[in-house]
Amino acid sequence: MKVGIIQFPGSNCDQDCLHVIRNVLKQPAQLLWHQVSELGDVDCVILPGGFSYGDYLRTGAMAARSPIMKAVSAFADRGGLVVGICNGFQILCEAGLLPGVLMRNKNLRFICDDCELQVERTDTAFTSLYKAGQKIQMPIAHMEGSYFIDDAGLKRLEKNRQILFRYTKNPNGSVADIAGIINEKGNVLGLMPHPERVCEKILGGEDGMGFFKSLCQR
Amino acid sequence: MSALTDEEKKMVVKALGREPNEVEWGIFTVMWSEHCCYKSSKKYLKQFPTTGPHVLQGPGENAGIIDIGDGLAIAFKIESHNHPSFIEPYQGAATGVGGILRDIFTMGARPIALLDSIHFGAHNHPKTEHLLNGVVAGIGGYGNCMGIPTVGGETHFHECYNGNILVNVFALGVLQKDKIFRGIAAGVGNPVILVGSKTGRDGIHGASMASGAFDADSESKRPTVQVGDPFTEKKLMEACLEAFELDGAIVGIQDMGAAGFTCSTFEMSSRGGVGMEVWLDKIPLRESGMTPYEMMLSESQERMLLVAEKNHVEDLRKIFKKWELEFAVVGEVIAEKRVRGLFHGEAAFDLPVGPVTDEAPVYERRIQKREMGPAALTPCRPPNMEASAKGSPASPISLFDTKRTIYRQYDSMVGTNTVVGPGKEVAVLRIKGTDKKIALTIVSGAEECYADPYLGAVGLMEKAVRRLSSVGATPVGITDCLNFGNPENPEIMWEFAEVCRGINDACRKFGIPVVGGNVSLYNETDGKNIYPTPVIAMVGIGANVCVES
Repeated sequence: MKVGIIQFPGSNCDQDCLHVIRNVLKQPAQLLWHQVSELGDVDCVILPGGFSYGDYLRTGAMAARSPIMKAVSAFADRGGLVVGICNGFQILCEAGLLPGVLMRNKNLRFICDDCELQVERTDTAFTSLYKAGQKIQMPIAHMEGSYFIDDAGLKRLEKNRQILFRYTKNPNGSVADIAGIINEKGNVLGLMPHPERVCEKILGGEDGMGFFKSLCQR
Repeated sequence: MSALTDEEKKMVVKALGREPNEVEWGIFTVMWSEHCCYKSSKKYLKQFPTTGPHVLQGPGENAGIIDIGDGLAIAFKIESHNHPSFIEPYQGAATGVGGILRDIFTMGARPIALLDSIHFGAHNHPKTEHLLNGVVAGIGGYGNCMGIPTVGGETHFHECYNGNILVNVFALGVLQKDKIFRGIAAGVGNPVILVGSKTGRDGIHGASMASGAFDADSESKRPTVQVGDPFTEKKLMEACLEAFELDGAIVGIQDMGAAGFTCSTFEMSSRGGVGMEVWLDKIPLRESGMTPYEMMLSESQERMLLVAEKNHVEDLRKIFKKWELEFAVVGEVIAEKRVRGLFHGEAAFDLPVGPVTDEAPVYERRIQKREMGPAALTPCRPPNMEASAKGSPASPISLFDTKRTIYRQYDSMVGTNTVVGPGKEVAVLRIKGTDKKIALTIVSGAEECYADPYLGAVGLMEKAVRRLSSVGATPVGITDCLNFGNPENPEIMWEFAEVCRGINDACRKFGIPVVGGNVSLYNETDGKNIYPTPVIAMVGIGANVCVES
């Protein structure tokens, strides 16, 4: 599994993802600059967390129009694996690769905290090593993490089993406790919690390893 | 606004042998301000132990540096942003974080942690809740966006801060010990380059504002508070760290904080024993019609001044352009020890470096012992931040709950180095690729220091040492932020002298060097001074630092 991690101006979890894949999982990974129009030889693309373009205008809105995003769309169309974590999730929604939007947290404040998630499906490229219904610990750190979609959209998500992770205790006001979703085809994932922050015992947890290992098994 | 005294004005005229022009008066006013030249405190700071076998850089630079072995070093420093935060809490606190982070990465270090020490008035004072919410949002807004975790801190409420809150921010970074960069100009003919943001009219005279007491019109000082843009600073940090990798390209670099272009040009010249000729027409400006006076005194954020090797300018330009930042050659290093500014082909100012920097006045202010005794105890209760967010009236709740409400707003984990985060007395970080851990603690004790400034300060040092020892870390250095009232009041100056004596004695007994710090005086409103509030950030290292603290 060769992973490409996109660096937008203002990305700040790019190095954390790189560290996990290269140093913890010992898999090849490279950074991709937002100005390039080709992804190169990669099997999976990660849009990392951070504040691309300073969250100016609207979170993710400007990054979604970066030159590299055309290549990401085409890659997703071909069935390539695309993961958006935190700001990356916001960018994928803004780019139309995932349905719905991420709004300001219900308490109107930035929230950094540990959360418990329930894994809703294990028959996906991103969750195959978890057990169905497994409860995992993963931190969140965001200002705009309240997932919203209209009723019809939510029905579609439920019907197509696109909800992959739900909060067991909703921290931010997300509709249906949604923490992470996939597209209909099942190759594009967006999630607000940070799996890359819980991949080493010294940092207090390894529940993120199931996610990265599932990916790398492909 | 704190201007030069009549006596100081006479000193200026004498040093120059002529009457300065308006721009030159502006330069002297900021460079001789308490904030920039430490004229009241220098005498006492000089006594601190600042060297040791592991100290690679002591006070006098942008940050102190300590060798931690295996070719690695840590750079750290604490800064205050008290006055601006009272006037405009969000921007004041945010730019405080921005300033301290620039101090760290300008040395060549990648910042990996922030701590803060914030002090507010009584919970029922009408301004407390607004200030607390603004400061916390400002610290989070800047640090979170930069991707530097805020891993710990302290919050304190006392009525003595009703008119002067304290916002002290600490940052720490990691660097290769043989790749330290300093704020020095050298090499006649080398270009002087301004990078980062454009220069605007914000923050003009901020340093002088921070060197004066407040009164009823402090509100009118709002235009002197700078406005932060953490997105630009994040790009600036990445660009600088990338530029440091270009061997031999950067001769010296300094961030532009207080007194902006003035301070960086004069200080870098002073450290290098050279001068500069600067071309004000070349400074990228945010608005048209700015005068040389405004350009020299602007405190626009997210700017750095660097001196480069002549033949590397284009390589450097490429890096800063890649990060979509301004990059302008605005002058060159000259042998003559003067800084001269040309505007439209004419000299806007032309001053010798010495009188502006090293020869700034140093005062031995009068000290007068006051009666010692217990401090007035304000119920240390914060306003209920959660309640007012929901629109119900503010009522006091426990400090414990408030602290959680505060640190939940800071990203404490980004960077994936946080082993022990906020909510504990000691924060612990790992250094990737090594078995080393860094332990950090930040302490203050205004009530104790009011009751007995000397013993209070000693007690603080002891507390910090105990905390680090209790997790198995060896203290390697401190950085201190000394927040006091008006130094022209002899009793305040006595408090200052006693606290310094306490820190000095304790540092010497423990064998812990002071590698940098900051002094914030004139924390006085309508004649009411804050309690003496030294804040000590102590750093420890060890391989076997225990995770549970």
